[in-house]
Amino acid sequence: MTVRVQQADFDVAAEIAALRAGDARVGAVASFVGTVRDVNDAAAVRTMTLEHYPGMTERALAAIVDRAKARFDIFDAVVVHRVGELAPTDQIVLVAVTGAHRGEAFDACRFIMDYLKTEAPFWKKERTPDGERWVDARTSDDEAAARWGREAGAPIR
Amino acid sequence: MRDDSTATSVSIVYLARLREALGMAGERVELPADVTTAGALRSWLAARGGAFGRELAPGRAVRVAVNHDLASPATPLHAGDEVALFPPVTGG
Repeated sequence: MTVRVQQADFDVAAEIAALRAGDARVGAVASFVGTVRDVNDAAAVRTMTLEHYPGMTERALAAIVDRAKARFDIFDAVVVHRVGELAPTDQIVLVAVTGAHRGEAFDACRFIMDYLKTEAPFWKKERTPDGERWVDARTSDDEAAARWGREAGAPIR
Repeated sequence: MRDDSTATSVSIVYLARLREALGMAGERVELPADVTTAGALRSWLAARGGAFGRELAPGRAVRVAVNHDLASPATPLHAGDEVALFPPVTGG
């Protein structure tokens, strides 16, 4: 398992190549890349700053990947999340999962993203023409994570 | 109530919007004997009033982590713990 938090951009092809390097069991690689949009809640976004909680972030991401590995028939996963100042079209996050077959790999990838959105300590602050604003959490993100059920091991908050 | 009589000191970290609203990134506090859980700590801080009262009022969405793990209101606190208070997360 690889979990990284970094300011620098990432190379999706290189990350996936490293994830499945030499592993001939792998028949499926599912990946998700989140990117910065230029509009959010009807306001133009010029840049955004991503803050995190060093010390907890990597631990929270690793715990989410552990839960995915326990729940789905997958081999390995990588999560890379950027912090600092980002601009529209920049990459924010990568989740990639290897497995023998696509179904479990797709599901595990989505599971990891759904829990990352609700449990990993990152916060976005947007700069718009009207000034800076913290992005509000969406209830749809909580609902997406809840879809996986309590057995997913989410802490009760 | 705690059964020991020694002061329990914890460090508190405030993150993101909460840090800005409270005007501080963190502080070290000595807990009163009856503040033994994450939920009790939040209520105790809210009782300061002002920005603390507004931001930590019941009904405001505040997450708590104790020693880097998400906590529930019942999570117990111990001397030396790092307690983080933050708004719901918005990464990804």
